[in-house]
Amino acid sequence: MAWQVLLLNWAFAFLLLALICFFSFSQLRYNWNWQTVGGYSGFFWRGWLNTLKISSLALVLSTLIGMVAALARRSGFLALQAVSRLYVELVRGTPLLVQISFAFYVVADALHFQDRFTVGLFTLSLFSGAFISEIIRGGIESVGTSQLESARAIGLTRFQTYRYVILPQAIRVILPALAGMFANLIKDSSLLSVISIEEFTWNAQQVSALTYSNFECYIPLAIGYLVLTLPITLWTQWLEKRTRYET
Amino acid sequence: MKLRAADLCKSFGRQTVLREVNLNLEQVHALALIGPSGGGKSTLLRIMAGLEKPDSGRLHLNDREVIYREKELMVHRRSVGTVFQAFNLFPHLTALQNITLPLEKVHHYKPPEARQVAEEILERFQLSEHCHKPPAQLSGGQRQRVAIARAISIKPKLLLFDEPTSALDPEMTAEVLEVIEELRKEGRDLVLVTHQMGFAHRIADQIALLSGGRITECGPPSQVLDNPVSDTTREFLAKILKY
Repeated sequence: MAWQVLLLNWAFAFLLLALICFFSFSQLRYNWNWQTVGGYSGFFWRGWLNTLKISSLALVLSTLIGMVAALARRSGFLALQAVSRLYVELVRGTPLLVQISFAFYVVADALHFQDRFTVGLFTLSLFSGAFISEIIRGGIESVGTSQLESARAIGLTRFQTYRYVILPQAIRVILPALAGMFANLIKDSSLLSVISIEEFTWNAQQVSALTYSNFECYIPLAIGYLVLTLPITLWTQWLEKRTRYET
Repeated sequence: MKLRAADLCKSFGRQTVLREVNLNLEQVHALALIGPSGGGKSTLLRIMAGLEKPDSGRLHLNDREVIYREKELMVHRRSVGTVFQAFNLFPHLTALQNITLPLEKVHHYKPPEARQVAEEILERFQLSEHCHKPPAQLSGGQRQRVAIARAISIKPKLLLFDEPTSALDPEMTAEVLEVIEELRKEGRDLVLVTHQMGFAHRIADQIALLSGGRITECGPPSQVLDNPVSDTTREFLAKILKY
């Protein structure tokens, strides 16, 4: 498609969005108070950076946890399979809010561990890890048995089979779902505000309370999260294109 | 090669596939396994390839027993070349990479050496122009030829073919059979499961007919195909030669 046409389509989509926003806000009798909120921009920056930090750490940690859980589920040990299954089903079936409170007020308290940031990071990673493990398992299982048979016949070890045959093929199935999961993880980190981790949402809420304003805090909040999630989506699209091959 | 099977048995669940299979071939270069579907010929080949473990019995290849323990089997599988009916190749790799992967990762060739070996074999099979294509861009016959190229690139002591042309149309069947015949003329030892009786007649020096999990007849093609002794063989041949 010619780039002019592409541009026109995008311009149309943005125009539509702008119209909806303009109409909605014009009906709202709201006194915008940007100046007061603007004075607290330091809060937003600090919060955004904290969210960036906790999300990137959780992203790596949850991928590792997801990989281990997926491999445990596929291992020959029944006990490992059971542990992995229990973990995934429990975590996926209960609200993150409950998990965070439970982890901080019950588990961490019992261990006399008071570092909110670490508790939050691990809870968030365990939460996302459960979903990621299912995504990875689905990807691995999408690779046909004939492929495993060929790998066995040419004498690849179990590890080599994963490294050179299964993962390169599974990654195509895994990537799009993983991107969605990563974007969710970043947004889910906002729930950590309930145990007073000073991330983006917590800071926005503070400013909101201090200045008696709502949308002046929520709009920057939305944009701040979008700035984090959008690059992930674009990056995966690029990766998807790169790993594509015909079947 | 020398091939000796003694009382090989194999069941999958409640289904018995091989019942005390015995073979004793002193000097065989090309063994064709024929017989009705479900007769056990593919299972026997897979046991020879080290892909399946027999429930009981023994297999000797060139006076060496094949030990059915994972560690020993890995070594065994690396010393033979197996070609399946279809889906031999890895779809995310090019034809060339499909051949260099086992050379580099299993047989410890350096990348340039592996590449050279692969290129030479592909050239011999007239596949040079396709060497950078993924399997999806190759025809069925080309895919099987690349699979055969991969199997011989590791200099196997034995080549095993499990119905290598069953998924191909007649024209492509011919191009694959030609390659196998050429390998036979080169003096490579091979075992072949096939439904192509004419081809079996041409290249095999021994044919074994498996039916109901037993070898019902074994001997040179002139005996098994032209003057069969057993009733099972006669019935089987009558059935397939009718159409």
